[in-house]
Amino acid sequence: MLNKYPVWKYLLLLFIVAAGFLYALPNLYGEDPAVQISATRGGDVDVAQLEQVKQALQQNGIEYQSLAIENNQIQARFKDTESQLEARDIAMQALGSDFIVALNLMPAQPQWLEDLGGSPMKLGLDLRGGVHFLMEVDMSVAMQKKQEEIQADFKTSLREEGLRYRNLLPFGNGVKVSFRNAEETQKAEDYLSKNFRELTIAQSNEDSNTITATLSDARVQEVKEYALQQNITIIRNRVNQLGVAEPLVMRQGAERIVVELPGIQDTARAKEILGATATLEFRRVDQDADPASAANGRVPYGSEVYYNRNNNQPVVLKKDVILTGNHITGANASFDEYQRPQVNIDLDAQGGTKMSHFTKDNIGKPMATLFVEYKPTGRKKPDGSIEFEAIKEVINVATIQARLARSFRITGIDSAAEAQNLALLLRAGALIAPIQIVEERTVGPSLGQENIDLGMTAILWGFCLVLAFMILYYRGFGIVANVALAVNLVLIVGVMSMIPGATLTLPGMAGIVLTVGMAVDANVLIFERIREEILDGRGPQQAIHKGYESAFSTIADANITTFIAAVILFAAGTGPIKGFAVTLAIGILTSMFTAILVTRAIVNAAVGGRKVSKLSI
Amino acid sequence: MWFRFKNTVNFMSQAKLAIAFSAFLFLGSIGSLAINGLQFGLDFTGGTLIEVGYDSAADLPDIRKQLEEGGFEDAVVQHFGTSSDVLIRLAPRDTVKAETLSNQVLSVVSTTSAGEATMRRIEFVGPSVGEELKEQGGLAMLITLICILIYVAFRFEWRFAVGSVLALTHDVVITLGLFSILGLEFDLTVLAAILAVIGYSLNDTIVVFDRIRENFRKLRIDDVAEIINISLTQTLSRTTITSVTTILVLLALFFKGGALIHAFATALLMGVVIGTYSSIFVASVAALKLGVSREDMIPTVVEKEGADQDPLL
Repeated sequence: MLNKYPVWKYLLLLFIVAAGFLYALPNLYGEDPAVQISATRGGDVDVAQLEQVKQALQQNGIEYQSLAIENNQIQARFKDTESQLEARDIAMQALGSDFIVALNLMPAQPQWLEDLGGSPMKLGLDLRGGVHFLMEVDMSVAMQKKQEEIQADFKTSLREEGLRYRNLLPFGNGVKVSFRNAEETQKAEDYLSKNFRELTIAQSNEDSNTITATLSDARVQEVKEYALQQNITIIRNRVNQLGVAEPLVMRQGAERIVVELPGIQDTARAKEILGATATLEFRRVDQDADPASAANGRVPYGSEVYYNRNNNQPVVLKKDVILTGNHITGANASFDEYQRPQVNIDLDAQGGTKMSHFTKDNIGKPMATLFVEYKPTGRKKPDGSIEFEAIKEVINVATIQARLARSFRITGIDSAAEAQNLALLLRAGALIAPIQIVEERTVGPSLGQENIDLGMTAILWGFCLVLAFMILYYRGFGIVANVALAVNLVLIVGVMSMIPGATLTLPGMAGIVLTVGMAVDANVLIFERIREEILDGRGPQQAIHKGYESAFSTIADANITTFIAAVILFAAGTGPIKGFAVTLAIGILTSMFTAILVTRAIVNAAVGGRKVSKLSI
Repeated sequence: MWFRFKNTVNFMSQAKLAIAFSAFLFLGSIGSLAINGLQFGLDFTGGTLIEVGYDSAADLPDIRKQLEEGGFEDAVVQHFGTSSDVLIRLAPRDTVKAETLSNQVLSVVSTTSAGEATMRRIEFVGPSVGEELKEQGGLAMLITLICILIYVAFRFEWRFAVGSVLALTHDVVITLGLFSILGLEFDLTVLAAILAVIGYSLNDTIVVFDRIRENFRKLRIDDVAEIINISLTQTLSRTTITSVTTILVLLALFFKGGALIHAFATALLMGVVIGTYSSIFVASVAALKLGVSREDMIPTVVEKEGADQDPLL
């Protein structure tokens, strides 16, 4: 029998379409403004905090829709953004700094949909508002630091061995050391190659009595990898300070990091905190030197001149660094007994030992805190990237009062705000290599909503225009194609909601519009074939059968090529463009399904297997 | 049935005219691209772009003056979408960190006679990233064309593959040329649109080629041009209708999709019109001139993939 589907085929199609509808459904419910509370440093939240938040909210008369612990987070939903914002402030006050309180939007779908794994489509930053940063790590600084480390190691070990070198300079991916005579050079080569296995030690061909020590390519990669990983960790910490729900910090390639902060309101502050490339060094003050004459160029050997940030007075510091910021594990601002701002610092074990070792012999002597910040110089390196310059300023000189250990404090800071900022930077860690933002895309919250509205209007208009045209041109069969088109739209939304990685962006919405226009193509191909068959004198049933059959390979060919374009677009594109590629690709697949199988099912059910004298086409 | 012709339309008789017309457009586009180049957007040049919204219509000269006083002499200020929206562009600069630059600009323009400014959008692209995006974009276009060449050569025949890639190159170059001549901004969304045009135009071409192949097998006519004419006439109504529906949705996008998507819709509109023309005239004419013949079509013994299996439908 021509044009009859067996029952199972109808059921299967119905099942697929129903599943698509079901997973598209959560998008209808919208989202509730919510507050999300989690503990810092991966700690747990428990019922005690939940009670605390509940009481605080009740005391302030703020109504919440729900309040519960989910995924180790306290999640509270509210009716409107006003109470959400108030609730955030109240929760922050009630819980203190050990918890991160973030604003979020939570799907408002009913429980049974959530149980089925349904969730609304993820919206891209251009629809939701938020910040996208691409950050680049300056690897040359990481290498430079590694060289300095090697230099320092060589210095001490050669001295301990009693080998006197003439000079020790950075060279390539390593250092070079020169000696007075061949004998000492040979000795040094033997000693160094035995003790520094990570370096390739050899006598230089160019200079006599000189040894070069070079890091292997693999080690260089490791150094860079470490710098990147450390930057990622630090940026994660900094992002946590910002209180953003669902932030994304991800590496891209060998030297770059992507940071996405959806729904953030205060972008200026976000940039300030993320972009900061500051670190600290603790150094001894050279008391023998005269700051005034040092400022005029007479700096004693082994010392350097820096200026105090607050009063611009010169300070002479020893070159040797007691401790760098890498050892800092915690820092927070508070007030001392005289209500002056101070920063409390905690160190790791190694840092504690170093600090304790140093301060033991230096009680009563001054120690300076040097603030190091990397700023672009305006010059460019040969590879086109911007050169950085370290700007070092003394922020504080304090007399060591006692032997310090793993925790101590810095006093003499100007204002509470300054202390806050310093503590935040210290807490977030110190960067091995400076980082700079090479790409930023920020979308304000109002524009995000506007983009959604515009996208929806365009989709609606495009959809209605095509519907009208199809009915006008194909009449009965036009209705069939229109039903398929509507199902197609729902399926696209359903599939987008089901795939965890798919995000809807503004170009993605444009992709849906385009799909609507192109999806009918398959039906046009089929219907035109059917008309041709009728003109050739075939009966309605035969015409339908032949029409679908002969159009199929054409449809497949045409769609596969567009699919190729979409896949390449996905691979090569970034952010919003990827969103376009995703909807285009999904649209091609769903439109093939609806335009071929769904329309056929409807046609078969309507006219298949019966005597029909004329088709409405 | 508005687009159906009783008699075969002799498209191929117009081959010379079509070649001349296409060559004119193609060379004109190349010329304009060589002389004027493309008006590359921020994505490719690097720089900073800030969109701010005011409560009422913004006074551009006033904003320009404020920016000049604030030390941003090179700022380009224009309306965007509506009269209360303002777009400020700044060339990349090396001395100021990007993150502080946009904040400085925002504070400079925050209060004007038109009321408080709200930040709507900030985009900053570093110069090195812009260069990379340019390279990647060009590469993506090339890879797309090559993949399609391979697929069509595999599914049809090399003459068809060359014909379709010629048609696609024709479409891409002329769309780019139009952007160059009209001085429209070329950004990432336009690049995406052009890749979509490649997909769309090819779609059209394939439908025609499919029919040509089918007619080579079915019709006992030796005149290749006649077979191509018959195929083009048969597919003409489909080509037109699909173009109409696609253009309808693109018009919706153009008029209702907002300023951000404007360039994208423009590129697609141009591309779809050119693509429709090229699939009728360029691709088929190229295949004809390259000497496609029945013999090339017959050797494929397996007529359709899966012909020996039960039909899926």
